Order: sequence, then structure tokens, then C-alpha cells
Amino acid sequence: MTTTTSMLTKAKAAITDKVQATVPVDRQVRAAHLVKKAQRFAGLSTPLVFTEQPIPDPADVPLTEIDVSNPFMNRQGKWYPYFARLREEAPIHYLADSPFGPFWSITRYADIQAVDSNPDVFSAEPYIVLGPPPLEIEMFIAMDPPKHDVQRKAVQGVVAPRNLKEMESLIRERVQEVLDGLPTDEPFDWVQAVSKEITGRMLATLLDFPYEQRHKLTYWSDTISGTAEGTGGTTHQDEMFAAAEELARSFVALWHDKAARRAAGEPDGFDLITLMQTSEDTKDLIHKPMEFLGNLTLLIVGGNDTTRNSMSGGVYALNQYPDQFEKLKADPSLIPNMVSEIIRWQTPLAYMRRVAKKDVHFGGQFIRKGDQVIMWYASGNRDERKFEDADRLIIDRKNARNHMSFGFGVHRCMGNRLAEMQLRILWEELLERFDRIEVVGEPEYVQSNFVKGYDSMMVRLTPKAAPAQAGAAPAEAASAA
Amino acid sequence: MGTITFTEYDGTSHEVEFADGESLMELATSNGVPGIDGDCGGEASCGTCHVIVDDAWIAATGPRSDEESQMIEMSPECAPNSRLACQLKACAGLDGLKVRLPEFQM
Ligand code: HEM
Ligand code: FES
Repeated sequence: MTTTTSMLTKAKAAITDKVQATVPVDRQVRAAHLVKKAQRFAGLSTPLVFTEQPIPDPADVPLTEIDVSNPFMNRQGKWYPYFARLREEAPIHYLADSPFGPFWSITRYADIQAVDSNPDVFSAEPYIVLGPPPLEIEMFIAMDPPKHDVQRKAVQGVVAPRNLKEMESLIRERVQEVLDGLPTDEPFDWVQAVSKEITGRMLATLLDFPYEQRHKLTYWSDTISGTAEGTGGTTHQDEMFAAAEELARSFVALWHDKAARRAAGEPDGFDLITLMQTSEDTKDLIHKPMEFLGNLTLLIVGGNDTTRNSMSGGVYALNQYPDQFEKLKADPSLIPNMVSEIIRWQTPLAYMRRVAKKDVHFGGQFIRKGDQVIMWYASGNRDERKFEDADRLIIDRKNARNHMSFGFGVHRCMGNRLAEMQLRILWEELLERFDRIEVVGEPEYVQSNFVKGYDSMMVRLTPKAAPAQAGAAPAEAASAA
Repeated sequence: MGTITFTEYDGTSHEVEFADGESLMELATSNGVPGIDGDCGGEASCGTCHVIVDDAWIAATGPRSDEESQMIEMSPECAPNSRLACQLKACAGLDGLKVRLPEFQM
């Protein structure tokens, strides 16, 4: 290590450790940003930028050079053929060099499940994306037991099924409002008008965040999870720091505002902040600002583009397999199973990262202590060993619930029931209103090796024919008479 | 062979016949007992097959393992006799076993 690097590292350690409890959290974010800038100035780090190149067919690439961390894989429709080759020829695959360093790819369902269920050997610390995010926010998704368990237990009540029951009707009303405002005479961007809008409203509800500012939640979340360094995305690190600083300031303000309103006698809601303030474990969390920030950030990042991309992905998939949409219309009781199948088919988060805590023999390979291990859920969900005809969307698939999009083990998605509920409500309300939901043109895909999703997708809606008793008779009935 | 009784949170009981070696999760899901999902297929890694063993039977089933604890103890409904149904194999010694279900699976 050069003297400059070690000085900077020490400065950073000092900032994160000692100052935690006393310095306002937005200032801490700014200080971390200054360290990054100083590193760049000293020529010690350059922000990553990815430029899109056509990706060759997997058969034309030597096995040892296959790089599934390329953030353009999904956009170019290449991930699935690459994963198919890895599952067959090298299910535990080592890539010696990539923009994110060397890493192992685990691509079969059973192997992924085994890694995810073994936190003693495969650690989630210190981060769960391929590259180090420019700002390390303390989130329990990237902590091992027992620290993980304590933090998760403290906040999970907010998305526990009991609380969800309370929130269901509110969420439904908000979905209805969005759907009732959609144009039916011209195509529109589904991602913007439906997927982002509904998930933004839900997050604002969950946090009791000022409703008219809810687009900020979406923006912060996208910016923080979209860094080039972490996931091959398009966010520049300066933009990311600015977003994190603003988010930190707003959340601290939100906490104090809520405390004041409760002190003034406002009845308790079921939102996250109220829950934290009324729970013995978390009522003083504001005094551990980095942890407070971490938990809130995790909820908005975890609940944002995952659900959003399932909302877009479902429409896209049902357009690819129109017979399944007919099946659905004939039997709406399939909605809950279809929701699981959509989440399997879409796999909104392509992977989680682990680090080997010790040397281990796994699947015939020797993984060394410290190696990065990537569990490719996107591949496991298409593994024919587990799912018959895995590439197809089959809304009444028997084992749809066995999908691995929520992960397994101690980190299994905390928001899974909320995500399922939102998607179920969306599809119930869509079937009430529309006869056809038609994707026009190809969607645009997110640049990322982590978020498997859509930037935009044009859709045209055909409303259901008005029920006969509502006045004018349907056209066919009139002409038949 | 024998029977096991699953009692739902609302008190509805289901008496299910078993063949030796089947797990309680498989038994429940293949006999239409609602309230057990078994999302991980029986690998103790999803926590959606949580059951609470009747006090009179906990000696026969034994307490949960560390592996089970890791998943179940995150549930707000975790009780001293909580087990993962996928880790309980039906056998002659468990003929007559009674378990109840939590209100929600995680
Ligand atoms: C379809 C939608 C969603 C998908 C596909 C998804 C996916 C995931 C995945 C893959 C993990 C990590 C699992 C592992 O490491 O084994 C995770 C964890 C998590 N998710 Fe989700 N998620 C979704 C929705 C949500 C929602 C709506 C929220 C909250 C509002 C949420 C909050 C979390 C949290 C807090 C964690 C960390 C859990 C832990 O470390 O113990 N997620 N999610
Ligand atoms: S079936 Fe997943 S823990 Fe039992």
C-alpha cells in the first residue's frame, strides 16, 4: 500500500468508526464522498464507465473467458444462452479477470440453494453486489448472523403479514387510482405510468413519506443501486453521493417530524417510522445514524425496482405467451400462482454475492478463502433440473413457488409477502378493467448486471366492454338482435 | 402408517394419514392443508413450513435443530415448540402427533 492510500484508508476508517454517533449523518456521507474525490484526485481510483459492445454468441467464447457480469447481457438477450452453457459445462465456473475482479459463478438451482443456506461458509459481508459500492451503507442484507438477525428482527414487523392486512385496502385504493387514470386511446410507457408510480406510492405509504415528494424515493433508490462500480450501471459516483446525502437528510427530518406529530397526539399509523419509534429495540435508532440510514435505504432499495420490474415483466411475459393471458382471463383464481410464476420468470435481482470465509470444496471445485461467489438466481430459475420447460411462463406451474427470486436462508427476502400482495392486487384490478394489455414494440432494458429490468415499455390498453346493465348494449349483442 | 393432526390458526383441524418417511411439510402440501407453503422444497431454507408441536409431543419429536432455529427464530410467532415441518419425518413413533400452525408463514 502506498502512503497516500493508507492515509486515506485510515481517514475513512476514522470517519466511519469514531464519528458515527456524533456527526450528523448527511455530513458523514459528505465526508465519505470527499475521501473518494481525494482518491480520484490522487489518481488512486477512476470511476468506472461501461461502453456497450455487441456480445458474441456463447458458443463462440472460450469457456474460461465467459463473463456473465457484462451489464449489457440482459439488454442484448444473451444472459440466458450464456447461463444455459454454464449450467451444462461449468456449473461452478471461475472467471479469472473482470472489471469486478475474479469471481465464481454458481448457476444450478441446487448449488445456489446450498450456498445461500450456508452463511457459516459463505458470507454476505461487506456487500452483496459484484463491485464495492462507492459508499458503504450499513445494511443487514450484507451482514452475517448474529448481527443480521438482531437488525432484521427489529424492523421486519412493518412488512409482516399482520401489518400487511392493515395496509391492503390502502394499497388497493392507490392502485385503482393509478389504473383509472391510464389512457385507453393511445400507447403509453407502462414502466413510468404504472410500475414506477405504484411502487413509488407503496414506498411512500410504507414510510409515511410526504406523498407529493414520493418520486424522490424512486430516484434515490435507482441512483444508489445503479452505480457503475457496484453493478455496471449508469450512475456516476458523484451523483450517487449527492443522492445519499439528500436521502440521509430527509430521513432524519422524517424521524423528527414523526416524533413531533406523535408527541402532539397524532394517532399511530402502521408505517415504518412509527413502528421503529414504538418498538423497544429501535426507538433510539436515530442515535445510530448510519444504521438508521442503512435500514431505511435497504427498504426503499429492496422494495423499489424489484416489484417495479415484476409489474413490467408480467405484462411483457403475458404478451410473449398470449395463451397464458387467455388462461388467466378464463380463471382469475390463478392470480396468486401466476404472481409467483412471474417473479420466477422475471427474476428481478439476477444474483447475490457471497465471499468464502474459508477454503472449501464445492461441486467438484476448490474455492479459496476470500473468493467472491456469485449466486445467479436468474440462472437457477431457468434450470431444467428444477423447472420443466423453464423458459416458458406457465401461470399454473405446479412448483412456481419454489422459485429462487427471493433467495433462501437467513437473508430470504423480507418484503416477499408485500411484493406478492402488490402484484396480486395489480392483476386483480387489471382484470377488472382491461380486456387486452398489448406491448407495442420492444421494451428498453436497464444497464446492469444486478437489476434485471425495464427502462421503458410501450403498452396499449383495450378496456373491457361495458357490462350490459350499465346502459348501451355491447356491439355484437346489438347486431345479433 | 398412522395419522397426524394439523390445526390451523382459526382452529380448523385436518387429520392426515401418512406413510413412514414423508415429511410433515410434504404431507400438508399434498393433502391440501392450507397455511403451509414449503417454498424451498424442504431444504430448511425458506421458513414457510413453520408448525408448533403440541406440548405432549415435543419429547417425541425432539426440539428444533440450529439449522431450523436460524430460519424460525426470525418469525414473530416463534414459540418454544416451533419446528420446520420439512425437517420432521413421520414415523410409527409419531402416530397421533398434533401440531398447530402459526397465523402467517414468513
Ligand atoms: C418481487 C420483488 C422482490 C424481489 C425479487 C426481492 C428479492 C430479494 C432478494 C434476492 C433478497 C436477498 C436474498 C438472499 O440473499 O438470499 C432480498 C432481500 C431483502 N429484501 Fe427483497 N425482493 C423483492 C421485494 C422486496 C420488498 C417489497 C421489500 C421491502 C419493502 C424488500 C426488502 C428486502 C429486505 C429488507 C431484504 C434483506 C433481508 C435480509 O437480509 O434478511 N424486498 N430481496
Ligand atoms: S419447506 Fe422451506 S423451510 Fe421447510
